[in-house]
Amino acid sequence: MRLSLCIILLFVAESLIAQRYKSEEGSITFFSDASIEDITATNTKAISIFDVSSGEVAFLVTINDFDFDKSLMKEHFNEKYMESDKYPKATFKGRIMDYDSKVKGDQEVTAKGELTIHGQTKSINVTGVISFNDNRITMDSSFMVELEDFNVKIPKLLWQNIAERVEVTIKFIY
Amino acid sequence: MRNYLLVILCIVFFNAIAQDDLISALELQEEPGITYSIQTFKGTRVINGQSVETKGKGELEFIFSHRFGRINSGSYNFWGLDDAFVRLGLEYGITDRLGVGIGRSSTDKTFDGFIRYKVLRQSTGSVNMPFTITAISSGFVKTSPRAKDNPQFSMIDRLAYSLELVMARKINSNFSLQITPLMVHRNAVNQFDENNDDLALGLGGRHKITRSLSITGEYFYRLNPHANSSRSDAMGLGLDIETGGHVFQLIFTNSLGLFTRSVVSETLGDFFDGDIHFGFNISRNFQLIHKK
Repeated sequence: MRLSLCIILLFVAESLIAQRYKSEEGSITFFSDASIEDITATNTKAISIFDVSSGEVAFLVTINDFDFDKSLMKEHFNEKYMESDKYPKATFKGRIMDYDSKVKGDQEVTAKGELTIHGQTKSINVTGVISFNDNRITMDSSFMVELEDFNVKIPKLLWQNIAERVEVTIKFIY
Repeated sequence: MRNYLLVILCIVFFNAIAQDDLISALELQEEPGITYSIQTFKGTRVINGQSVETKGKGELEFIFSHRFGRINSGSYNFWGLDDAFVRLGLEYGITDRLGVGIGRSSTDKTFDGFIRYKVLRQSTGSVNMPFTITAISSGFVKTSPRAKDNPQFSMIDRLAYSLELVMARKINSNFSLQITPLMVHRNAVNQFDENNDDLALGLGGRHKITRSLSITGEYFYRLNPHANSSRSDAMGLGLDIETGGHVFQLIFTNSLGLFTRSVVSETLGDFFDGDIHFGFNISRNFQLIHKK
């Protein structure tokens, strides 16, 4: 009992020393606006770590955890587009620039880093809003992803169903 | 003392994590999930027989199956295209694992109904399950000949049933196999050359050649054919084409069967003698109940 208490304390202490925060809630949504139908999918099992002292941030999401309106869409998404059996995760690893952790309220920031989807990695710059409040940090961002950049090919027979650019929206609470 | 040692070890360990990059740190924090295999087969049919697939919750599938006459029937019969055997069917997913279906075929003007349940789901992650198993129970009613034309042919005689246990494995992302022990029971048969109970082993496979195209094959091996049986084992080859909510299956088979009874127990053609029917199944998927 005392031992487990010690270990828990250590966990807490450790995260304080490094000023690393693990996300309590995370969601990543993508939206494809195409001529036949709009497609939205949300993943609420996304996780993240943010290091307040250095600005380093990382996100990790399991492709198979995206929820769709239609079960067949989820199957096609995993099977045909993302090939989630080969590439089960998508990640972002980077650094958030120019923020002040002592200022409360919203701050416009830029994150620079590497986005990995479908086994392909690309450097991106995205803008977003970070907000420091009494005991939580929130991060919001929205950016466009070109499917071609990540070698996600649209089957010819499905061309009108999926947009070539999808909008990705992320929200994390630490 | 030992506790202190442990604490020191812990500090060393956590520092080691802290020095790793953030992605590895995240991977360590991930909760182990469970990933179920999807799309072991493209459709709810491999060729003539049922596949291991079930519809998702709230999905309604309309499936239109068509077999032409025999290709070796010659030019007068336009290589079989003059004849048509049709089944219209609907299948609905009550849950992701439980489904029901109905259909009506031109063969003996038969109505069929079935219920299917996915007993086990192939998965990786926190649960490692090597197979998917779906149990299917069906009933069939012949409505030909009409009762007023043939009063001796009672309702009981018109009925047949089947039980299937479809066991499948998606061996890799391109290749899936299923094996189906099954039984067909017909209440009324011609005792001279037919069994009331037919046991058979179905074998089905599919190989994906592109993301939207697959080649399929199927064989039903009858375990206890009647000594005088003039029937054949049903077999077929097919090509699956998937386009969003549609699956098109182009088929070459020796069977005119469009439901389990007629496929397993009433297949007439000899595939290797050229008694081959061209045909297709077309399915269209409708999401009736939306998740959000």
